[in-house]
Amino acid sequence: MLKVTSVSRSFGDHRVLDEISFDVHSGRMTGFLGANGSGKTTTMRIILGVLAPHGGSVTWRGGPITQPVRQSFGYMPEERGLYPKMKVAEQITWLGQLHGLSASKAKANTGKLLDELDLTGRADDKLEELSLGNQQRAQIAAALVHDPALLILDEPFSGLDPIAVDTVLRVLRDRAAEGVPVLFSSHQLALVERLCDDLVIISRGSITASGGREELRAKYGTSRFELVVDSDAGWLRDHPGVRVVDLDGPRAVFEVDNGQTDQRVLESALSRGAVRSFTPLVPSLEEIFKEAI
Amino acid sequence: MATTGFWPATKLVAEREMRTFLRLKGFWFGLAILLIALFAAAILPTLFGDSKPVVAAVGPEARQVLTDTSVEIRDVPDVATAEQLVRAEEVEAAVVPGPRVIALDDPPTKVIAALATAPPVDLLAPAAVTEGVRILVIQLFALVFLMFGMGGSAIAQGTVTEKQTRIVEILVATVPVRALLAGKILGHWLLNVGQLLVVTIAAPIALQLGGHSSLLTMVAPALGWFIPFLCFGFVLLASMWAVAGALVSRQEDLGASMGPVMMLVMGPYFGVVFASDNATAMTVLSYIPFSAAVAMPLRMFTGEAQAWEAALSLGVLAGAVVAIVLLASRLYTGSLLQTGGKVALKKAWAHAD
Repeated sequence: MLKVTSVSRSFGDHRVLDEISFDVHSGRMTGFLGANGSGKTTTMRIILGVLAPHGGSVTWRGGPITQPVRQSFGYMPEERGLYPKMKVAEQITWLGQLHGLSASKAKANTGKLLDELDLTGRADDKLEELSLGNQQRAQIAAALVHDPALLILDEPFSGLDPIAVDTVLRVLRDRAAEGVPVLFSSHQLALVERLCDDLVIISRGSITASGGREELRAKYGTSRFELVVDSDAGWLRDHPGVRVVDLDGPRAVFEVDNGQTDQRVLESALSRGAVRSFTPLVPSLEEIFKEAI
Repeated sequence: MATTGFWPATKLVAEREMRTFLRLKGFWFGLAILLIALFAAAILPTLFGDSKPVVAAVGPEARQVLTDTSVEIRDVPDVATAEQLVRAEEVEAAVVPGPRVIALDDPPTKVIAALATAPPVDLLAPAAVTEGVRILVIQLFALVFLMFGMGGSAIAQGTVTEKQTRIVEILVATVPVRALLAGKILGHWLLNVGQLLVVTIAAPIALQLGGHSSLLTMVAPALGWFIPFLCFGFVLLASMWAVAGALVSRQEDLGASMGPVMMLVMGPYFGVVFASDNATAMTVLSYIPFSAAVAMPLRMFTGEAQAWEAALSLGVLAGAVVAIVLLASRLYTGSLLQTGGKVALKKAWAHAD
């Protein structure tokens, strides 16, 4: 398990991270959400030791992250880059060796990965000859070649076409299923919604929410309902404990102040006529995200 | 999981640098041009040069020695007449009983080469090294130094490429930064020293083929010093090239940071070319680590310096290499991950944490 504890970092007078803490658990895909400039990349660079924290600590399996430990991590930086003039397979094999694999193991892993990522046909092309989407796949392969113990991916899906997203997603899911903790940042909330098990939301250098996806949904979402009746639902505005979010003739979306109010609303609705629909609304991540930041 | 320590990482980085360059057509093309130029300079003048040299022969023995050689024979009755002709520069040399060769101020390499066995040579106005040869050798040494020094600029280019493409983040997250630096220096050192060795092996062959064996005898000791000096000197410059690359984030900005290093290569080059007559200047240049690599071997060639001087200067150079590499390693570490514009040296120094 990766544990980030009270990590702070400033650039000059600008405090980019303010005592942030969160965990990344084994076998879980953890989505790292935050607006541009909220501190996601800085956090990831600190975890990878590329940047030093000004306070706090990052531990892996309870111990400090030393050079040999760091070497077992897989990292995909936000700004992509591999050697443009080096052949794809050769490059990924080399990076595998740099991470401590033997030449033969690195070669075997590269072959397997390129196959998984549908890149085998481009193995002997120079990186710069690949389309951007394929370069992105090569970048994923570079982060995975050494069978990393932990995966840190900064915006892994940006720039990918939908088919590539599915391919990469499958590959990452496989790794998580093998027990590898995966931390990835993204702006694409719908994608994160589909993909992540846990969520960490960061805003202006502070963690505003973190936990399991369902747990967060429950925390941020059970108070909202949709009601559809036969006649006008305007009476809801005057119902105690209710805040109407949206009202459109017989259809209304409202929030309640506590766990009993929703049942009382249902009773009054039934007393006024037929109820066609009464649904608790599960918030999308986007809503949680907007609320949390 | 196996891990890569400092040395395996250094080796992997060096291997990659070398493989990249050995695959470039330009690399082999450059080496080929260099060798062709070397052989052409040594051989062509002999082949197409001023036809046959005229040589005076005294006595049947001398005549016989010169028969079947590529010289034009002019029979003269005695040694005195032969010397007269030599002094009047009517003949290039004279072969007199002994057999011995008489020439004016310069060993007649063509004549000697034309003879099956080299007979003893009497110089009437001997000079340690003739002016023409001296200038040629200085030019050649300076040129090799220049090429060798500039060869390190590939390290600066490579470092910027890594910064610009951002692969540097992956590299830094994987292996110690010092291993990156060491691997680059090692890789390019091997590439350049390898080329130097090829040239060092080819040069005597070319001189021999061109019939300049006596020149070879004169140059060989200086060449012997030149190689260790260049081996150390390259590390000195290579570490500075690496810093020049690490200080900027884009190829476009490289010119600015490469300037000072380029001065450290061009300075000694022009220094020895223009100050070669000035013994004091050459002495100073031969002890400054940056110019020692070319100035000291040249002083050895012209016979101005003793072997202990060369050894001392080499020691100074080796000490400077250690100091500069340590300094460069700190600056490289401090600037490698800094992006946006050119990193000030002060900032690079402060950031090495």
